[in-house]
Amino acid sequence: MMVLAINTSAVNNQLSLAEKICAWILGFLWLMPLLFAFWAAFHPAEYTTHFDLLAPLTLEHFYSAWEQAPFARYMLNTLIITTIILGCQLVLCTLAGYVLARIPFRGQGLVMALVMMQLMVMPEVLIVENYRTLADLNMIDTWVGVGLPYMASAFGIFLLRQTFAIVPQALDDAARVEGCSRLQVLWKVYVPQAKPVYLAYALVSISYHWNNFLWPLVVTNTEASRPLTVGMAIFGAPESGVDWPMICAGTLIAVSPLLAAFLIFQKQFVQSFMRAGIK
Amino acid sequence: MNRTQQLHAWLLLLPALVMLAAFTHTPAVQTLLHSFYDNPMGGKPSGFVGMENFELLLEDEIFWQVLWNNTWYGLVTVPASIALALTMAIWVNGRLEGRAIVRLAYFTPTVLPMIAVANIWLFFYTPEIGLLNNVLGWFGIDGINWLGDPDFALPSLMAMTIWKEAGFFMIFYLAALQGLDRSLYEAAAIENAGRWQVFQRITWPLLMPTTLFIFINALINAFKLVDHLFILTKGGPNNASNLLLYYIYENAFSFFDTAYAATLTTVMLIILALLAWLQFGVLDKGVHYR
Repeated sequence: MMVLAINTSAVNNQLSLAEKICAWILGFLWLMPLLFAFWAAFHPAEYTTHFDLLAPLTLEHFYSAWEQAPFARYMLNTLIITTIILGCQLVLCTLAGYVLARIPFRGQGLVMALVMMQLMVMPEVLIVENYRTLADLNMIDTWVGVGLPYMASAFGIFLLRQTFAIVPQALDDAARVEGCSRLQVLWKVYVPQAKPVYLAYALVSISYHWNNFLWPLVVTNTEASRPLTVGMAIFGAPESGVDWPMICAGTLIAVSPLLAAFLIFQKQFVQSFMRAGIK
Repeated sequence: MNRTQQLHAWLLLLPALVMLAAFTHTPAVQTLLHSFYDNPMGGKPSGFVGMENFELLLEDEIFWQVLWNNTWYGLVTVPASIALALTMAIWVNGRLEGRAIVRLAYFTPTVLPMIAVANIWLFFYTPEIGLLNNVLGWFGIDGINWLGDPDFALPSLMAMTIWKEAGFFMIFYLAALQGLDRSLYEAAAIENAGRWQVFQRITWPLLMPTTLFIFINALINAFKLVDHLFILTKGGPNNASNLLLYYIYENAFSFFDTAYAATLTTVMLIILALLAWLQFGVLDKGVHYR
């Protein structure tokens, strides 16, 4: 019997041992900041750069961090802001995405171009003028004010438009025959078909706005509306001396909700980012 | 196209269009207008000054340094993040023990707030007690004042940016890799092609659309991502690590020079328009979003 020497390594995605070791080392390096934060936060200050497996554990840094800044209030603000933004985005993007996918109208090309403009000119770039607008509206330092520039999202409109465009027209027609109005069709036919896309968009949007900093920094002045990120920036710059273990503990408090959600819904997160990227 | 249909279309579009007009289109146009006016001073309303702000801009050494810094920042972080992202994607797409954990490790920076982890990076970079200098110390190398030395401040920021971005871009490569046609690889195997050859001849060309997509996004981010500056360097020392968006922020909200901030934002809009032209006019030719 003749043995055919086929180089299968490329087909099976085989990796050499050297590559595997590099992949692990890189993974370790990428986790370093987080691992270090855990180390410093749970050990007494004298062990911060002294890595000893037998070092005693402590929660004192968490107590002092919690007392140093109103984390509960910041977290509540972030939660409310993120919810307001996501809620409005879902409604606005669904309506606009549906029109652009299924109702032909005059000026469609122009509207599409105007929407897509926001992909390039993000609200971050226009902080100066948007601050002026918010001041005119008397909405500085409010939850809604932090959310306003993000409520219509070009990315969301585009994503839903692509999704709605491939919903079978027959389903639409059938619902029409049964006497559904346009909005009923949208709600009963299109929205259920796009469930995974909504999940994907929601996860991307939540992680974006949970982590957003520059615009909230500009429009918030007090604890009443300040989100976690802005609170962290203030927390990290104390008047006198830097208490590293406490900062690490504070950082962990700040990232823990999102990190926990990420670990639990890891698969959905990764798939959501993938799905959002392909469209 | 009947009338009610037209009406419905516009009614449903209205909320989104109003918000976009209020917070994207109008402010963009206002920015251009304000760049031709000066600041209101003590009761005197702002007046038209023609190109004066732009003349100031051309003579502003800090502006040129910031623009140069930003160019440098993009030239280093964009290719580095793309190369790393692709390498990561190929690794976690391959047969790797503990692949789920490694993928998780690469992706984690994406879900962490830049501002919070910047505090931890600050500790890495701190002289005397910082982790990096400690590690250098084990090898008998003198510590570096990472964020205080003008030569190292910007590269230190770049390192954190690459760390933040590579895992995010990896996801797009991973999605693309999993969608590639297996039969091409089987054919390559029969031809006895080596892995590098397969990568060069099949994987890389097929991934081109993904690479272009990531390239544009990474370029935009190079102008948008300034959160870590607030914690790590505040643009210093002496503007050595200042970037355009941070300089806009400083002018508007620290120096209260909104006219100059508008002028700088105009430059930013021109840069973004060029990027848009690059994407839709040059790179995406033939691809239609319909």
